[in-house]
Amino acid sequence: MTHLPLISANHIYHQFDGKPVLQSVSLQLHANQITTLIGPNGAGKSTLVKILLKLIKPTQGQVIHHQTLVIGFMPQKIHIDPTLPLTVQRFLQLGQKRGEHHTTSLERIADELGVRPLLSQAVQSLSGGEMQRVLLARALIRAPNLLVLDEPVQGIDLKSQAEIYQLIHQQQLKRQCAVLMISHDLHLVMKHTDEVLCLNQHICCSGDLQSLRNNPIFIDQFAGGLSEHALYQHHHTHCNHG
Amino acid sequence: MTDLFLPDFMLLALLGGVLIAWLAAPLGVFVVWQRQAYFGETLAHSALLGIGLGLLLDLNLTLAILATSFMLVFSLHHLRQSTQLAADTLLGILAHGSLALGLVVLSLQGNIQLDLMGYLFGDILSLHEQDLIWIGLLSVVVAYFFKHYWHDLLNLTLNSELARVEGVAVKQLQLAMTLLLALVIALAMKIVGILLITSLLILPAAAARRLAHTPEQMLAYTFVTGAMSVLLGLLASYHWDIPSGPAIVVSATFIFVILRFKPRPRA
Repeated sequence: MTHLPLISANHIYHQFDGKPVLQSVSLQLHANQITTLIGPNGAGKSTLVKILLKLIKPTQGQVIHHQTLVIGFMPQKIHIDPTLPLTVQRFLQLGQKRGEHHTTSLERIADELGVRPLLSQAVQSLSGGEMQRVLLARALIRAPNLLVLDEPVQGIDLKSQAEIYQLIHQQQLKRQCAVLMISHDLHLVMKHTDEVLCLNQHICCSGDLQSLRNNPIFIDQFAGGLSEHALYQHHHTHCNHG
Repeated sequence: MTDLFLPDFMLLALLGGVLIAWLAAPLGVFVVWQRQAYFGETLAHSALLGIGLGLLLDLNLTLAILATSFMLVFSLHHLRQSTQLAADTLLGILAHGSLALGLVVLSLQGNIQLDLMGYLFGDILSLHEQDLIWIGLLSVVVAYFFKHYWHDLLNLTLNSELARVEGVAVKQLQLAMTLLLALVIALAMKIVGILLITSLLILPAAAARRLAHTPEQMLAYTFVTGAMSVLLGLLASYHWDIPSGPAIVVSATFIFVILRFKPRPRA
């Protein structure tokens, strides 16, 4: 095991039509660490993630991927046209490498995420919560060492949100993979997160959840509209640490 | 004996027509899955400009059509980034702008006898043996491309960002598909004409949806519905003396409507 980060971004600047979106963002994602990136809408979260995934090239700065990096990516939204006849099983198979169809590993992941009963259904017939679990299964199917989850619980009901977080946490513990999670909502920061990065074009502050709660910059930037109650209630699970 | 169905001179048309329908099938299913019907339409409309410029500059018409397709794709890409107009508005502008410009350029060549109706609605009897050679060559390329990249193409259809993270060369594949689409349009033009080509792409595929439970089945049924459309169209064209291009498209529509009565598949 090396100590080099899985992804390292150095002094990223990015602009759209001359308007700066990201300014001097540097960050590192380490093996087996959960990092949560939060920030208001328009803070540049999605742009930063695309740069980290090398989907777009930053105006300035560089992104280095460790040579062992395997990314499992869960996109924010996926729209599959109903004219494409596709079962959940086939959708997951398509996530495997070409010509590498291990039915047993696919079924094991399907069992772990509770999507086994859905395998023969049309992928377009799934509910929001079911689809998120299937997308998570697909992200895991290549045995990644980094999971990138773009707003994984957006637009699904509270019960399913809690389930998704639990599944992510279980899988992270089991696989010892790193996780990068994006959220625009402070309520939706996973309690097991090791580091929270607060982005608003630049990284305003960072640290573990406990320390951020008392950080005046953090409270000023991100907790303005939130009551203390909301901050502490924190997605309906009890905080065990600290 | 054969002229109970089709006379010998129409067998060439039948062969060419069925091959074109099969060439259009894999492109057609992806056009439907990716909601690119209007893009296909725009590409087809721009082909008339290609013909106009080809005749004006005395170039090979297929090459001229490819060149205008590239110009179109480039303009579309540029306009998408530099304007706030919605994609369908931009496609509408380019489709009709290039069609009208094509008509203008063609009309400037007053001394040449032009079969404008043939370009617009097709004239399958203008198909020569040389065209069949081109169609045969393109079939090999299309078959290889879709066989080799089927998995990647399905993934880029599902979500292009996810596909890129998984290592699919999304931009190159999309460009290749556009190029093949332009080539098929250039060849299919003789059969159904510029204004009806999109229907040859999308109708057989849309009809096949009702029968299919997997993407591969949908492609297989598209081969059947496409070939049936050409066969029925040519029979109708010969026996009732109606133009072949519209007859093929009406047959395809007929097959689509018939299959609507089949219950919806589960997957």
